[in-house]
Amino acid sequence: MHSYDYLLLLAFFALVLLPAPWLGRFYYNVMEGQSTWLSPLLRPIERGCYRLAGVKPAQEHNWKQYTFALLAFNLAGGALLFAVLLLQGSLPLNPQHLPGQEWSLALNTAVSFMTNTNWQAYSGEASLSYLSQMLGLTVQNFVSAATGLAVLVALCRGIARRSTTQLGNFWVDLTRATLYGLLPLCLVLALLLVWQGVPQTFADYANAITLQGAEQTIPLGPAASQIAIKQLGTNGGGFFGVNSAHPFENPTAWSNLFEVASIILIPVALVFTFGHYVKDLRQSRAILACMLALFLIGGATALWTEQQPNPALDNPQVQLGAPLEGKESRFGTTGSVLWTVTTTAASNGSVNAMHDSLNPLTGMVAMVNMMVGEVIFGGVGAGLYGMLLFVLIAVFLAGLMIGRTPEYLGKKLQAREVQLLVATLLVMPVGVLVLGAIAASLPGPAAAVSNPGPHGFSQLLYAYTSGTANNGSAFAGFGANTVFHNLMIALAMLIGRFGYILPVLALAGSLAAKNSAPQGLNSFPTHGPLFTSLLLMTILLAGGLTFLPTLALGPIAEHLSLGF
Amino acid sequence: MTAYLRPALSLVMLMTLVTGALYPLAVTGIAQLAFPEQANGSLVRDGQGQVRGSALIAQGFSGDGWFHPRPSAGAYATVASGASNLGPGNPALAERVSADAATLYQASLGPVPQALLTTSASGLDPHLPPAAIAYQLPRVAAARQVPEARLQALVDEATLQPLVGPAVVNVLVLNQALQRLAPLPGN
Repeated sequence: MHSYDYLLLLAFFALVLLPAPWLGRFYYNVMEGQSTWLSPLLRPIERGCYRLAGVKPAQEHNWKQYTFALLAFNLAGGALLFAVLLLQGSLPLNPQHLPGQEWSLALNTAVSFMTNTNWQAYSGEASLSYLSQMLGLTVQNFVSAATGLAVLVALCRGIARRSTTQLGNFWVDLTRATLYGLLPLCLVLALLLVWQGVPQTFADYANAITLQGAEQTIPLGPAASQIAIKQLGTNGGGFFGVNSAHPFENPTAWSNLFEVASIILIPVALVFTFGHYVKDLRQSRAILACMLALFLIGGATALWTEQQPNPALDNPQVQLGAPLEGKESRFGTTGSVLWTVTTTAASNGSVNAMHDSLNPLTGMVAMVNMMVGEVIFGGVGAGLYGMLLFVLIAVFLAGLMIGRTPEYLGKKLQAREVQLLVATLLVMPVGVLVLGAIAASLPGPAAAVSNPGPHGFSQLLYAYTSGTANNGSAFAGFGANTVFHNLMIALAMLIGRFGYILPVLALAGSLAAKNSAPQGLNSFPTHGPLFTSLLLMTILLAGGLTFLPTLALGPIAEHLSLGF
Repeated sequence: MTAYLRPALSLVMLMTLVTGALYPLAVTGIAQLAFPEQANGSLVRDGQGQVRGSALIAQGFSGDGWFHPRPSAGAYATVASGASNLGPGNPALAERVSADAATLYQASLGPVPQALLTTSASGLDPHLPPAAIAYQLPRVAAARQVPEARLQALVDEATLQPLVGPAVVNVLVLNQALQRLAPLPGN
């Protein structure tokens, strides 16, 4: 570790933690329709959207109406994207004359961007037109993040409100999240990125004659605008195939800092938004402490494991040191590891180094971050609603231990709520273990792995974990673009997205309907170090332990066999 | 169900208009005015105005008279970019690294820096750490018949030391400066 490594870590934590209380309050004000400094500019656009769409903003939804609206919107958006990807060959803004995607790939891509996963079984600069990138992918990057934020505030309202069926209006929540919550920040980040060297143009790819006289095609495009939202919206789908490792997508150490901080900027702030909803910021601090603890445990582990020289390259002619295969010089080890940990903790899935070439235990940290269900900050909205599910499970377990009806912020957890909670605990195991096991046991699909030994198994495990967790990063040597994996991973992404959203909305409806019992001296406090530790253990035991055997077969076996 | 149809379809269209068209157009407009160099790909031109590459995209260099960038798994292909994705224990990685090390090794300079033996994540890494430049400097100086100290001055000019990342040298920028200083015949 050098001085610039410490400065990078310091700047990263300052950028994500310092604005969070202010930004969290801003999101609360925005989602509750209160006036903010952006209102004079954006309120007319917001009203115009409601008028054109026939939405009555004052009319709230119950949980079923909210769910139907969300599903209708996602279905319509996914269908439009699917059509754009299939037909891009005959659509405008296609300077390289790229053909449409094959149907299973187009379906996989549409599901991937609709579910905020951004799993990419294709390479952007070689297969997508400017139109597909903008009108197709950028739009879903915005609205899938806005959908996550909408579901979160519906759950917050369910916890905060009493004896009501109303959870808010999905159309309004979606519109506000997009216009106020995402657009302004994206505009700022996009311009910062262009300043650092990210292209933003509609010109054709440039043709160059290299210094030694060879021909070189330089891919261009409206990249900065898309990269800004793919970072801030925890989407992660790169404009270029190698994602934020591409020097056009992430040109300098500074752009690396801006991009990696953008991944969890909003998820950290939303923890405070929750505190404003329940009028108790102590709850936010307890949850934030747990998230930070998990982040730091994973981060410190990965920083240490990735400093270890690869024993397989032990050779007197080769300089010993932290491995550089699959890393970029301008980021170095710390810049790459910080990104790896952040992107997997936060369901972003963009990469600035190739995870396939990481040391085995570093790759394992990335997998564990995803396997616990993307709750360590997690996706925009999705991370915190996933974390709140663990909070409720921890409260339920505490209730069992002290022999009282479990209560969270005055709301009693009863049979129906616990059934819904348990249903969400099954999502990750079904997507990773069941679908992954099917893929691993069929000879055709299993042949997609490109590395021998336990690492090959890790590649497949990573793919299904990433899909189900709606992360989108990959051990990218895995040959995912086959009809089988396109469809199976699309299924995993759908299970991973709606397997949470539907129970969360049902839970929100059920909690909203309850009256709130006054909290007394006998209530189990859900703030403070005791609860934070209980929450941490719940996440590691209920979320992580399920996957230990698969990790033993993959990264742990690889680590031991390489003799680290 | 039809009650959901109109808002769903209209909002998909409206959001497409706002986030898919107006937003990228606004960013493009401002970027082209404020940062035209970067927004158009940081293109590098020669005296005749011919585009010779982008300062951010590596080019393959061969021969003793040039600084070589990091190896590229995709042979410096730009469409599409790519990485080796070799796991740390993949025998292909160790074989490639040992073979390249045997070629590059100079007893007087010690072991070969890893940056010269490992492929980057993008295959287009335009930079090298200063140590990897220093390892090539005697070879380039000899081939161009330039004193090493003169060459070192060029390297220092092309070295970037950001506060939040490692020091790097832009290989294309360095090679272009090198060509101006002491042209290789035939280029």
